[in-house]
Amino acid sequence: MGFMDLFKKKEVNSGKTAKNRLQLALQADRAGVSPDVMEQMKRDIIAVITKYIDIDTEGLDIKVDHNGLDGQGDGPSIYASIPIRGTKKDE
Amino acid sequence: MGEVIVITSGKGGVGKTTTVSNIGTGLAMLNKKVVLVDTDIGLRNLDIVMGLENRVIFNLVDVIEGTCKINQALIRDKRQENLYLMPAAQSRDKTAVTPEQMKLLCDDLKQEFDYVLMDCPAGIEQGFLNAVAGADRALLVVNPEVSSVRDADHVTGLLQKNGIMNDNVGLIITRYRPEMVKNGDMLSKEDVLDVMGLKLMGIVPEDENIIVSSNNGTPLVGSDCNAGRAYMNICRRIQGEDVPIMEFEKKGFFARLFGKKN
Repeated sequence: MGFMDLFKKKEVNSGKTAKNRLQLALQADRAGVSPDVMEQMKRDIIAVITKYIDIDTEGLDIKVDHNGLDGQGDGPSIYASIPIRGTKKDE
Repeated sequence: MGEVIVITSGKGGVGKTTTVSNIGTGLAMLNKKVVLVDTDIGLRNLDIVMGLENRVIFNLVDVIEGTCKINQALIRDKRQENLYLMPAAQSRDKTAVTPEQMKLLCDDLKQEFDYVLMDCPAGIEQGFLNAVAGADRALLVVNPEVSSVRDADHVTGLLQKNGIMNDNVGLIITRYRPEMVKNGDMLSKEDVLDVMGLKLMGIVPEDENIIVSSNNGTPLVGSDCNAGRAYMNICRRIQGEDVPIMEFEKKGFFARLFGKKN
């Protein structure tokens, strides 16, 4: 590897980084929520719901949809599908 | 009590956001408490240039509308612990806030921070008016290029209308190419200053490292490259230090390597 290749390689790296960062950011922009916030929100939702209900956290699905409920809404909505194992009262 | 500085240009793409991210980081490195406010509502970018795009929860419009408190919308920088970013809203437009509201926000932020840097959107419409409303002084970013200088000059008039007189406007020339200036193919710093009649706060040469730094979301101020040094010098001048304007290496790469005189 030549001297100049060191610089070339470095540039390619930061270009790749830029592409990865952009893909994530654009996805978040389109959904209106960034990945970190989504994760935090999921954790918070799980924490609140498990206080009252025994849920299947593996089967949990929370997402932002652009088209609203059934594609009819006016703007993004958050969907949460949370399988219930039982209420805490049952125990 | 801190100071509110708006970074503006009129024309887009001259390096405002790059300048805000580097000056903000540089001032924080000099132990100042700094907040960067992205006022480009609908086209937010300062977050991604700073590498903070994944941490955005609340934004400027949320603060203005009272959806959250100021502190909730401030993202702490990854590297500088006394640097904060208030991101712009992405899904709204400039009419979501008014200049009066921005002025009140600036007054609040001034109590907490040494420097409040307002990243102004391109153009001279409401986004511009919002960004300058609470500013004590302005940094005008200009490229040594006819359209940019003309737009910047027009902006000085608008700044005056908004109470920011020329004494409080500093010029930052970015994308400067010393080789082209030497060959007479680019406006020199003297040319730009002659035409505009403002005080010079700094010259930032065109530098590939700037692209790499925004790719990585890491401002380059203070690093060992021309642009990094130039931005740190600007920060010192903002603080009131008397730092001479950097003279760029006049010799080419090979001339330096082989010790030729030119």
